[in-house]
Amino acid sequence: MTHFFVAAISIATVLLYGCVGEIITEKAGHLNLGIPGIMCMGTAGGCLGVSLYMGSLSSPENASWILLVLISLLFSVIFAALLGGIYALLTVTLRCNQNITGLAITIFGSGATNFLMHSFIDRTHFEAAGKIVSASLPFADRLGGFGRVVFGHGVFVYIAIVVAIACAFVLNKTRVGLHLRAVGESPATADAAGINVVLYKYVAILVGSAIAGLGGFYYIMDYIKGSWENAGTIEAFGWLAIALVIFVLWKPNLAVLGALLFGACFIMYAIVNITPTQKEIIKMLPYVVTIVVLVLTSIRKKREHQPPASLGLSYFREDR
Amino acid sequence: MKKQIEHEHAKKEPLIRLVKRDALPTWKIILIYAIAILGSLLLSSVICSLFSSKNPLKFFSALFIGAIGSSRNIWILLQDTALLLGVAVALVPAFKMKFWNLGGNGQILVGSLAAISCMYYLGGKISDALLIPLMTIASILAGAIWGVLPAIFKAFFDTNESLFTLMLNYIATGLVTMFLMIWLEGGKKTSLEPIAYGNFPELFGSKYLLTILVFFALAALMYVYLKYTKHGYEISVVGDSPNTAKYIGIDVKRVIIRTMIISGALAGLVGLFLAGNIDHTIRMDSARNMGFTAIMATWLAAFNPLVMMGTCLFIIFISRGMVMVRADFGFTNDSIANIVIGLVYFCVIACSFFITYRVVFRKAEKAEKTKGEKTV
Repeated sequence: MTHFFVAAISIATVLLYGCVGEIITEKAGHLNLGIPGIMCMGTAGGCLGVSLYMGSLSSPENASWILLVLISLLFSVIFAALLGGIYALLTVTLRCNQNITGLAITIFGSGATNFLMHSFIDRTHFEAAGKIVSASLPFADRLGGFGRVVFGHGVFVYIAIVVAIACAFVLNKTRVGLHLRAVGESPATADAAGINVVLYKYVAILVGSAIAGLGGFYYIMDYIKGSWENAGTIEAFGWLAIALVIFVLWKPNLAVLGALLFGACFIMYAIVNITPTQKEIIKMLPYVVTIVVLVLTSIRKKREHQPPASLGLSYFREDR
Repeated sequence: MKKQIEHEHAKKEPLIRLVKRDALPTWKIILIYAIAILGSLLLSSVICSLFSSKNPLKFFSALFIGAIGSSRNIWILLQDTALLLGVAVALVPAFKMKFWNLGGNGQILVGSLAAISCMYYLGGKISDALLIPLMTIASILAGAIWGVLPAIFKAFFDTNESLFTLMLNYIATGLVTMFLMIWLEGGKKTSLEPIAYGNFPELFGSKYLLTILVFFALAALMYVYLKYTKHGYEISVVGDSPNTAKYIGIDVKRVIIRTMIISGALAGLVGLFLAGNIDHTIRMDSARNMGFTAIMATWLAAFNPLVMMGTCLFIIFISRGMVMVRADFGFTNDSIANIVIGLVYFCVIACSFFITYRVVFRKAEKAEKTKGEKTV
């Protein structure tokens, strides 16, 4: 049972990064369907950082935890933000269709990640690096089952929670958050009030992408400890994260709980004792739950539970 | 004094500003797209040669040899184009209605699964003459169900259709995995052997021709359906403005549901051809991601089924050509094709900006003004 909760929290972390990233982007009025691709790109970036750092050492035992975490974090954030930058350039400055651009970003991002991970990034020390990145607090094991569930995770789990709560604070309690929400609700009004719409949109998309990218990296380095098959799994997490945004009503703090629920659904098949065929049925659960959630939220419509009013629309000042 | 005001005015005017264009002549639009495509391919060739230290010019020759280098390659090119066109034809009525059907992959897959199930369970027990119509009905029905589910909820509750259809993709993949588990006796074999029953007959001695004829004909029919029938008119009104549609007495719910039945059924039909005519088996990735690729094809063609023939051919040309590029440049991973295709998409999407907007520089406009004054 402890194992189940630990695994559910791990999956929840992947989704939480993606979800919070998408919320920030959507608050600026941009529906980013490129998040799955951006999460893949964050993975490739973080893994490149890991391979560069591990390759520079004489032996993998010499690796320092803090340097490895910081370098991979930096690389992951930069790569994800780069792809997010392409999305921002195309949708904010060039005012292209957001859905189409997002899909193109996803196709490119997962393709590029597959290619880089397969033929370019040196994965020899990934197992060692995975162990270091996923290292938990030393006293977690001594606290029994409860301790392992709460403290037995790698640092990226706690970063995710801190980021989610910080985003909730910034969005709801600060002037920057107010301006950002204004841009997403009505860019023309925000523009008239003297808010730099383009700047807010760019920053929101870049920051959102950077956060989302960490989700993919966490999954590869921490959850599956540095092994690699292909980008398909991360892409699936990306789509679930986008659906999660609707479930948590565009609230980053609620996303922590929502992600946990989705994570539990995702890992359910591992704890029930059934045949492999039945397991395949249980594996569809998160997607079915997502659909049920989408339907339920659409049935009980509340005014305060709506997406940003200008979500998906390009803003052109001279349009009247 | 006046000069000073003028000076301040000039200072405040932004360096670059955008103006919406009137409709451009077609040849100019084609020229802009051609430049974008050429640019993206040049960029791709440079990237490919960076990763392999081969001559970037070889990229282009390999691209053409891979796509149209032999008569077999040409046939495969046309067949794959026809399949993609089939998916694009399935998606286009939905997109015209502004219904974001991102579930093409799932609809193809369930269609294919339905056909394969018929082949697996009934193959050999009934004659092919009976089996093939049965497969056709099963595929179309399965695709239609997969299409109509999100449509019903969209129509009645305005449920987000893009995420609904996306989730259905994963459920379809899950169903395929589950059936494969059963058929492969719990994973003793790795993949399903091609099934010899229910295979489509060859047309004039070619196994490619039937697919090509069917889907190109469907594209032409879809053009007529969207442009000249009452249904097509209703679809475009609902897409442009649901309120107008309600006002002029169109039953919006009915149009959404009807259109998605058609959309899903046509995608299911593509699945049928994959099962009965091409693969004779099924994998998790049998849909070849065509559900997403076809979205690009329909959007590039501005939702015109006849233009889609060209955009599908173009996309398949690149991806078939990339097979050769990969071999020539020594890439061991097939994802390089997705990188190139992604780059092409970026450039083409970006150039839609230059078709809708005109960039005006401050200086250029001044020059224009003085010119105008002189002629006056």
